[in-house]
Amino acid sequence: MAETAAPTLPARTRSVSRKPDVKRDVSTFTGLAHLGLIIWAVATAGPLIWVVLASFKSNTEIFLGSPFALPKSFSFATYVSAWNTAHIGRYFFNSVFVVLISTAGTMLFGSMAAYVLARYRFIGNRVIYYLFVSGLAFPTFMALGPLFYILKGFGLINTYTGLILVYIAYSLPFTVFFLAAFFKTLPKEIDEAATVDGASHTRKFFQIMVPMARSGLVSITIFNIVGQWNQYLLPVVILQGEGADSKWVLTQGIANISTSAGYHAEWSTLFAALTLAILPMIVVYAIFQRQIQAGLTAGAIR
Amino acid sequence: MRHGKYPFIIGFLAVPVALYVTFVVAAYFQTFRLSLTGWSGLGPIKNVGFANFVSLWSDDLFWKSLRHNLVLLILLPIITIFVALIIAFLLNVGGGFRGGLTRGVWGSKAYRIIFFFPQLLALAIIAVIFGRVFAPDQSGLLNGLLPTKSAQLWLADGHIALACILAVLIWQAIGFYVVLFSAGMGSIPSEIYEAAALDGATRIRLFFRITIPLLWGTIQVAWVYLGIAAFDAFPLVNIMSVDRGGPDGATSVLSLMIYRNTFELSHVGYASALGVVLFFLTLTFAALTLRVTRRDTVEL
Repeated sequence: MAETAAPTLPARTRSVSRKPDVKRDVSTFTGLAHLGLIIWAVATAGPLIWVVLASFKSNTEIFLGSPFALPKSFSFATYVSAWNTAHIGRYFFNSVFVVLISTAGTMLFGSMAAYVLARYRFIGNRVIYYLFVSGLAFPTFMALGPLFYILKGFGLINTYTGLILVYIAYSLPFTVFFLAAFFKTLPKEIDEAATVDGASHTRKFFQIMVPMARSGLVSITIFNIVGQWNQYLLPVVILQGEGADSKWVLTQGIANISTSAGYHAEWSTLFAALTLAILPMIVVYAIFQRQIQAGLTAGAIR
Repeated sequence: MRHGKYPFIIGFLAVPVALYVTFVVAAYFQTFRLSLTGWSGLGPIKNVGFANFVSLWSDDLFWKSLRHNLVLLILLPIITIFVALIIAFLLNVGGGFRGGLTRGVWGSKAYRIIFFFPQLLALAIIAVIFGRVFAPDQSGLLNGLLPTKSAQLWLADGHIALACILAVLIWQAIGFYVVLFSAGMGSIPSEIYEAAALDGATRIRLFFRITIPLLWGTIQVAWVYLGIAAFDAFPLVNIMSVDRGGPDGATSVLSLMIYRNTFELSHVGYASALGVVLFFLTLTFAALTLRVTRRDTVEL
């Protein structure tokens, strides 16, 4: 490496004289770096690959004790049974339905609130802003009981309406916090020009500000989709009661199969269900990998 | 120009504020009020003063859960940040210097993609996967890999059950922080590394003298995030652990206690008292983190 660089950079004669040493040092280090990285890559992907393999195995094969052996035969019967009998299909579409509406609602209401709080001066602006932002500091857990009884009072327990409204409410602090900062950075001039042209406040928001804030909105949309798709605590609290199991979302459904799989001894169905839950994430991740990384880390990088 | 400003502001804020106040703010306020009552979830609400907190004081399970939370609170950030920093450093600087520029190792993009993926999976689904990975019989991934003699009970062994939970939390978290730290390292100008390397600094010195000080702000954020994650852990303990929080309370955490007291034991008042404790713990943790880790950040 230093060899190719040295002739063009005569000033670095010092490193040229130490060339062999430096080179060996670099390649040893790079080798060790790769070793470490490969170990972690295997540790990350290993359990997931194992799940997919086990989904094709019979109980005997699963208990044989060679986890990465290939299954004797590939049959998708376990997948059919996971999708239909274990209702993964239903849970999957329940999740899609809930997250579609709740993320849309979160983004609409979150961006409306953030916009007004970021760009309009009025009495109480700071109070409302800090009320939202303080929600970031409280663990959802502490108010579990009261939340349940508030929903019960409205008759919203075991309804999607309840779940969706709660998803929106609990997503607002971060959404407002992030988007308010984003709306603040947008230039004032366009805003003023639009006002001079006679655009109403509402029109200005939807036709000028929202398109300008697109990159921020995309990040937070991804953040909310992933967060709400993966939610487990809130659905467990809200979707309970008679007939709740037909409304369950994916996380709930899979957790339930895992507790009941032991009794029926249908491990491969559990693994097939897990694979069905993981695969869509891999596909989506493969396509939107950059946007997803940016969206999920958006909150931490300021 | 000001025409219609207030109706517009009210129109835009009404729904979000109403939702937030009804389901979040009101719930938090009621937690404080209910913590002073013996409410079971039904019937009249009777004030009992600080009785809930007094019984907390003598509740063994509470102290056990609190200890577990504190163990997670200390170990999860330390281990995750340490490993993630090393991985991110290897990814970004591991390829050595070419023409005076630091380079990432070959394939660093692919590594990053793989490492980050667990972050996308629900903790509940990860809990189900690792419940099987740690299966105490030969069907478990780990016992399947280990020779039969050294097979472990994992989650069923009270001495290592909590360590298993911690390991899963770390497994899921690391990729996120690798990406986070990588982004931070990417913004460190390579001239700084180059200059230090020319002065004969070793890579280990580069890591401690340049990378860490310049990333301090990001590390602080990471610490707060991981601390909050350590207070939760509910899906893991609820789904993965033996007897939910077992064996014999070995993996019980405050979040699980709140859930069980609210929905299974009908001790809503007691659960609210636990919630109040959790609230003050979180607050103390956040304040402490910001104080202890305060350092002059290096501006570039």
